Amino acid sequence: MMTLTPVLSRYWDHPQSWTLDTYRAHDGYRALQKALGMEPAEVIETVKASGLRGRGGAGFSTGTKWSFIPQPGTGAGAKPHYLVVNADESEPGTCKDVPLMMATPHVLIEGAIIASYAIGAHHAFIYVRGEVVPALRRLHGAVTEAYSARLLGADILGSGYHLDMVVHAGAGAYICGEETALLDSLEGRRGQPRLRPPFPAEAGLYGCPTVVNNVESLASVPPIILNGVDWFRSMGSSDAPGFTLYSLSGHVNRPGQYEAPLGITLRELLAHASGVRDGHRLKFWTPGGSSTPILTAEHLDIPLDYENVGAAGSMLGTKALQIFDETTCVVRAVRRWIEFYAHESCGKCTPCREGTYWLTQVYERLESGGAESADLARLVTIADTLNGRSFCALGDGAASPVLSSLKHFRAEYQQHVTSAGCPFDPTASMLHPPQLAMMPK
Amino acid sequence: MSVFLELGPKPDEPQRFSGPESYPEVTLTQLTAQAGEIIARYPQGRSALLPLLHLVQSEDGCLTSAGIGFCAKQLGLTCAEVTAVATFYSMYRRTPTGDYLVGVCTNTLCAIMGGDAILDALQDHLGIHAGQTTDDGRVTLEHVECNAACDYAPVVMVNWEFFDNQTPSSARDLVDQLRAGQPPTPTRGAPLCTFKETQRILAGLGHNADFSTAGAATLAGLRRAHEKGMVARGLEGEQ
Repeated sequence: MMTLTPVLSRYWDHPQSWTLDTYRAHDGYRALQKALGMEPAEVIETVKASGLRGRGGAGFSTGTKWSFIPQPGTGAGAKPHYLVVNADESEPGTCKDVPLMMATPHVLIEGAIIASYAIGAHHAFIYVRGEVVPALRRLHGAVTEAYSARLLGADILGSGYHLDMVVHAGAGAYICGEETALLDSLEGRRGQPRLRPPFPAEAGLYGCPTVVNNVESLASVPPIILNGVDWFRSMGSSDAPGFTLYSLSGHVNRPGQYEAPLGITLRELLAHASGVRDGHRLKFWTPGGSSTPILTAEHLDIPLDYENVGAAGSMLGTKALQIFDETTCVVRAVRRWIEFYAHESCGKCTPCREGTYWLTQVYERLESGGAESADLARLVTIADTLNGRSFCALGDGAASPVLSSLKHFRAEYQQHVTSAGCPFDPTASMLHPPQLAMMPK
Repeated sequence: MSVFLELGPKPDEPQRFSGPESYPEVTLTQLTAQAGEIIARYPQGRSALLPLLHLVQSEDGCLTSAGIGFCAKQLGLTCAEVTAVATFYSMYRRTPTGDYLVGVCTNTLCAIMGGDAILDALQDHLGIHAGQTTDDGRVTLEHVECNAACDYAPVVMVNWEFFDNQTPSSARDLVDQLRAGQPPTPTRGAPLCTFKETQRILAGLGHNADFSTAGAATLAGLRRAHEKGMVARGLEGEQ
């Protein structure tokens, strides 16, 4: 069985894990010292060679993304460069970046300084969603600490390199997790995605070369710089090297964050998490948030990396493993996700704005008993129109649970039509079903 | 057959912002100083718009005509431009907010784990619907989307601080304490402050970062690794 490999999480149980002192006691800011002694291009090459892939969902090579930034001095390179940390964690099921920032904010800050140095940026922004005030407090505290210790500001660690870092709170919009919508939002506008190209590396924040990286991606950089490419590649596979945070939630005995090499299976993770809740069995799960097609018990042994989950018809996404047992109505689950996408659709493109709304109407009928058989075909038609035809990935994400749940559970949908409504008891899937919750403690 | 479609704002949305048209001089001086501090952080001033909208909510508890006008003036924008941005984001509120904004997560995972039952129980217990505020002005109830704490489902947020693993009965106790003026400590996070004070943190002004946030789920994998003697080998400077 594949073992767990706590790297980022290895001292999260320290009573003051978030302080600069604790971080320094665990090799904190040694990678920065080392990186500042390297040429920026060498830092980029190291991260590229490590094979680190973005942990925000898309899985694009982090080092390659950095290498797209034009060299300083000429053309687009003459403009200022920016680093933007995407800390807008909002994909349903995803809950790794927020605990990471609360437990060890300095590893993110160190990774962000190294990335900024590598791409020649002197201004970095951490765009954190507004609805997580404790994470926001932590980041403000840690950035202040870093300035006091001269790890930010002028002449960092005597290198001559200077960087300012701003913690910026969003205001409630899932779409701002899309990197170009995030940039519009950070410019003080409605958070709507931009047409690409130009990509942010060429024209990002204020039209300048910009790298947008996920929190966990940047936090993975200091250990790579410090321990080396070979060490990082000793975990995971050649296509998906390294360690990562898998987040288990839902009907599992010990939900939480499990840091393991890429390629661990759900069966192994469930064993570490003491299994699906007692007396129940796995019905369906998401490998990486609600936008990744759902999988079932037949997929328990798929290595959870980019290629293998892709081959199984889904996506690794954010590694947010939401576990649902047999008490859960798949139609109810998908309906709620669709209502979410309809609420969060930014309104820019018609397929997404209208399609998500139409889907909610059909799901309302299915759950309340007014649906007809033709509604199932209607769901497919609408989802097909969203999928690949929307302006950004939000539309594709909305289509995923619809199409995948119909693929695996068409009979259950049919049952909603024939029995005129939902045949499930919603209380049976609760963490504490009512009869237990009412018992004296 | 012809169909007449009248275009306009949604009927369920307030047409205009409530509240005063402008701020008293002393408030204006104070807000202007704070706005200046915020704007100075950014290479381009307009980037300060979201924090400034949080700032005016810290004054008024929701968006007001005075707040919109203030942001517009600080950044050289029109009120229409500021309103266009403000109405895009769900954290900017159009109606007055209670001291405690209680948000029940009803996205799929929390809903199924008990979030739906919790919201029903709170609506029943408080005698208000989601989106409304209790008569005493203490509690505004709403349903919220996924708040990145699925491993602690079902989750209730109070002024955007975490109350983990809630049940209908624990949530009822929670709002009772809030209404009694005895706010309980969040499961992970700093002691609660009021909605307006929280808005100051969102604007980037002041913070208290000395509180514990490591709950059981956050540490689940690490504890399992400790139990079984599992480590990541080869870390620099460590065994």
